[in-house]
Amino acid sequence: MSASAPEVRAVVQDSPMVEALRAGDERAFLELVGQLHGAMVRFARGFVGTDAAAEDVVQDAWAAVLEGIDRFEGRSALRSWIFGIVANLARTRAIREARSVPFSALVADDAEPAVDPSEFLPPSHPRWAGHWAQYPEPWPESQLLAQETLARIRDAIERLPPAQRSVLQLRDVEGWSSQEVCEAFSLSGINQRVLLHRARSRVRREIARHVQGRKT
Amino acid sequence: MSRALPADLVCIVAVERVTEYLEDAQTPEERTEFEEHLVTCPGCVIYLRQVRAQIAASAVLGDPQPPPEEVTRKLLDLFRASRGG
Repeated sequence: MSASAPEVRAVVQDSPMVEALRAGDERAFLELVGQLHGAMVRFARGFVGTDAAAEDVVQDAWAAVLEGIDRFEGRSALRSWIFGIVANLARTRAIREARSVPFSALVADDAEPAVDPSEFLPPSHPRWAGHWAQYPEPWPESQLLAQETLARIRDAIERLPPAQRSVLQLRDVEGWSSQEVCEAFSLSGINQRVLLHRARSRVRREIARHVQGRKT
Repeated sequence: MSRALPADLVCIVAVERVTEYLEDAQTPEERTEFEEHLVTCPGCVIYLRQVRAQIAASAVLGDPQPPPEEVTRKLLDLFRASRGG
């Protein structure tokens, strides 16, 4: 297959890695594996039922990456391209396992408020309608970073609908930029933000419940 | 009695704008409105801190762990094969 597409736009930062992979540089490949493999498995695990299935998906994804690297045109960042591949393979696998929900359909539905409306004064309130009925309680950092709370956060993320979970995981857990996430899932900036907002709001409610539950 | 100021943005609306604010996706006017609300609303300041703390805590879950040696070896074989080695 010819590598001479007319509008080849390599992402400057990635090109040394891409070139090294094409040239068969094992050290470069292992570096990439070290950077991405764990995150890929965590990501795939959100779609499929078991750790083993997630590992399988990620190995297939690496095979697809190596097969496609000669044709990779750098229109998106390398890792966005790689995670797009993981997402596709994981979804296919999840459909086989019959636990999949279509990704694209998940942006518009299930709109729910970030905070339960009962936490605000009702519209009938003469003066302060829509203001906090009671201020939220500050979260002590020590408690938020306690293993028990982190485990709760991980669970809450795993229970998110797939599109929300995918966006939140790459943004907040793996620390990606919004642009990279948009590229990986072909999302518009607005849809990415809507998904992130809903996902963070849900996880926040779980943390709030947990932190408050601990005090009483 | 700072609460007696005219309140353009109410908290129930402000919490829906927190992500746009953190993403820097607001117009300058929206940003100003949001920040003016924060000045008068301790509850929303706490809320915003909670969300920031949540993001920081989520990042802790992402600490990279190198894959098991067995996996690395398999992937390296795959790499060699793909490069015709």
